[in-house]
Amino acid sequence: MLELLQSLLRWLTSGSQWSGPDGIATRLLEHLQYSLLATLVAAAIALPVGLLIGHTGRGAFLAINLSGFGRALPTVGLVTLVFLASGLSMWPVYVSLVALAIPVIVTNTYAGMAAVDPEVRDAARGQGMRWYQVLFQVELPLALPLIMTGLRLACVQVVATATIAAYVSFGGLGRYVFDGLAQRDLVQVLGGAVLVAALAIALDLALAGVQRLLFRNRPPRAHAH
Amino acid sequence: MTIDWGWFPDHQSDLVTLTLDHLSTAVPAVLFGLLIALPLAVIAHRVRPLRGLLLGLSNILFTIPSIAIFVLLLPVTGLTRTTAITGLTIYTLVVLLRNTVEGLDSVPTKVREASTAMGARPLRTLLTVELPLAFPVIMAGVRVATVMAISLVSVASYIGYGGLGQLFTDGFQRNYPTPVVAGVILSLVLALVADAVLVTIQWLCTPWLRRRA
Amino acid sequence: MISFKDVSKHYPNGTTAVDRLSLELPEGGITVLVGTSGCGKTTTLRMVNRMVEPSSGTVSVGGRDVLKADAAELRRGIGYVIQQAGLFPHRTILDNIATVPLLLGWGRRKARARAAELLELVGLPADAGKRYPHQLSGGQQQRVGVARALAADPPVLLMDEPFGAVDPVVRTQLQNELLRLQSELRKTVVFVTHDIDEAVRLGDRIAIFRTGGHLVQCAPPAELLASPADDFVAGFLGAERGLKLLSLSTLADVEREPVPADGQRWRLVTSERGEPLGWRDTEGPEGDRAPLLPVRPLRDGDSLLTALDESLASPAGLVARVDADGVLTGITGRDAIHEYAGQRHAEAGRAAALKNAAEAPGTDGTSGTDGTSGDGTSEADGTSGDGTSEADEDPKSSDTSVTA
Repeated sequence: MLELLQSLLRWLTSGSQWSGPDGIATRLLEHLQYSLLATLVAAAIALPVGLLIGHTGRGAFLAINLSGFGRALPTVGLVTLVFLASGLSMWPVYVSLVALAIPVIVTNTYAGMAAVDPEVRDAARGQGMRWYQVLFQVELPLALPLIMTGLRLACVQVVATATIAAYVSFGGLGRYVFDGLAQRDLVQVLGGAVLVAALAIALDLALAGVQRLLFRNRPPRAHAH
Repeated sequence: MTIDWGWFPDHQSDLVTLTLDHLSTAVPAVLFGLLIALPLAVIAHRVRPLRGLLLGLSNILFTIPSIAIFVLLLPVTGLTRTTAITGLTIYTLVVLLRNTVEGLDSVPTKVREASTAMGARPLRTLLTVELPLAFPVIMAGVRVATVMAISLVSVASYIGYGGLGQLFTDGFQRNYPTPVVAGVILSLVLALVADAVLVTIQWLCTPWLRRRA
Repeated sequence: MISFKDVSKHYPNGTTAVDRLSLELPEGGITVLVGTSGCGKTTTLRMVNRMVEPSSGTVSVGGRDVLKADAAELRRGIGYVIQQAGLFPHRTILDNIATVPLLLGWGRRKARARAAELLELVGLPADAGKRYPHQLSGGQQQRVGVARALAADPPVLLMDEPFGAVDPVVRTQLQNELLRLQSELRKTVVFVTHDIDEAVRLGDRIAIFRTGGHLVQCAPPAELLASPADDFVAGFLGAERGLKLLSLSTLADVEREPVPADGQRWRLVTSERGEPLGWRDTEGPEGDRAPLLPVRPLRDGDSLLTALDESLASPAGLVARVDADGVLTGITGRDAIHEYAGQRHAEAGRAAALKNAAEAPGTDGTSGTDGTSGDGTSEADGTSGDGTSEADEDPKSSDTSVTA
């Protein structure tokens, strides 16, 4: 065990491991690129949907079931399927990562909107706000903490799952995991896993920091899934 | 991409075997997850300082890629079903732990205190008041964990216990989409059916939440 | 039955919830702890069943130090009712009520049978037993809360603002219900409220707390109203102290006069059975054809306040008094009511003064304070004696100033 950790430390700290086209720096950037792009695309789709469902109160059943469906989708199967359909391209990676992130963001956005006190919404309307003013000036700010939680959760899951890019012969930190698996090199697998986890945690903390800056004056709230 | 529909009837018994195999990895994982998460959640709920630590730890476990967890368990438990189940259990822990803590938090202080004030000891209050009232939130966690476990089993196909995931590897290696489609559909159906079963169990166990006929 | 000896409760954050409290609660009466929020009344109550443990001093129930008892067992012997009842949402009403009997190991059948009995006792229909708490109204839930506390027939009942969350009409019903139950059961009840009217209505004794956990005064309501210990208590009791005192005495001991013979201006018309029907103005332009003006016949159990109200509403200035069957037994004039009310006030004040003198010999300060606190209104009282003026606001303060 100790030996393994020592090898891991050597692996992580050796300069040669960090440079070059197979180096950690390159892989890290690739991984970051897959993850951020997928999360952004997912957010661009999921946020309006979640806000709309939350604002109108219609389609909540759909939103909840959609998220269950999304969670039930086996990512490996989806990647394989898109890979077989589209050949060697980035499509399998992005399709599966976006599909993974959308339900998380939709449900949390919806939950945030649903948690807005109906009396506050009523008061806003009663003072003569139009629907978009209610949405953007009242509901959205109040729902933001939960929306942020959804984005963070989606981001963490996407980073962990982006490992799969290597499965369809692309880069990212997953390379170390899959190469290590093929070469029975446990240290490399462990190194890859630690780097992925570290990246996920770093991104989560960064987003948490943003959240804290945005809501310095708000009481903390529980989050939903 | 064409799907060979004739493949399905030819592989009927294989599909049944793989489905059962899939379940026998996912179900124990959730059960073990629950077995570990419940006491941990009670501790996290009662001992405030430990709460952040336990939830934080489980969150970190969640960030490790699932495939890596399976591979890293290999030196410990080898190419066995135990490895697959253990890996999945680790994954279910986050959801189960967080939901159970949230469920316990959601029990109104008044009700908890009423139980104490009537002379119930802490264990009895936990078993007869807090856990039943937290049950819906815990079950929400069990549902998410179950669906997640079922969809993640396929990752364990790298260590030979992927259930329906074997179909993905098979289709991938042979560049043949039909088994992959079959695997995706069956895995989805399995997850949705399991979810429906859990919803039913929850409904049966919480008569107080039903509307009066 | 319950005694506090030099009890204090300090919290780690430095606040003092209860400050050197010494108080004896006699068996079989309702003691109401009253005060503004943060005065330590709830903490005091919760120290009885050890939901809060005192920092110093001794709380004992039935002569036994609560800290020496096993907390769970102690609590099973003390009924506890809280605001919004704190019912278990996941158990039926019957199972909620059966909680303590089950904890005591009565067995399910016996516990359920007892629960059904209590359901009836608190005036709920039997079919409510199968329902869940959220299917009942707030008032009904509160009744269940009381039933649950009474289930194992504990000698002591703690009630923490039990009727605080229901509307005034239901609250009055629940208060009446509690008084009825108490007259049957004679429990030792400790009742916390911030509503002084509720305290006066329910309490055999009222303990007034001040912010910081000080007990200011503990006395029967009449004594408290007649002679508040200081300005704080007087302020808390409110400006209509005299009226509240009137609500405590009944008409029973006020002298009854025969119904005036015909020939007076106002004639009380009765039915054949002798039930008062109304007043007729015989000197009006319509003479005997004049329409009847309403009368509200009063029984002996009605309060002096009600009597005073009726004497003001009645055109003749007279109250028609009836027996339990509603048959006219006599009348009482406004003056007689005023006079009696004044006497009652004086008695209550004298009793308080005597007690204060006995407790603090040599210092006459307390009774002196009484006189001054009543002074504001006493000037006007010179006229109240003749009964013709409108000065019926505080007809007994005049007597207070005499005693002082």
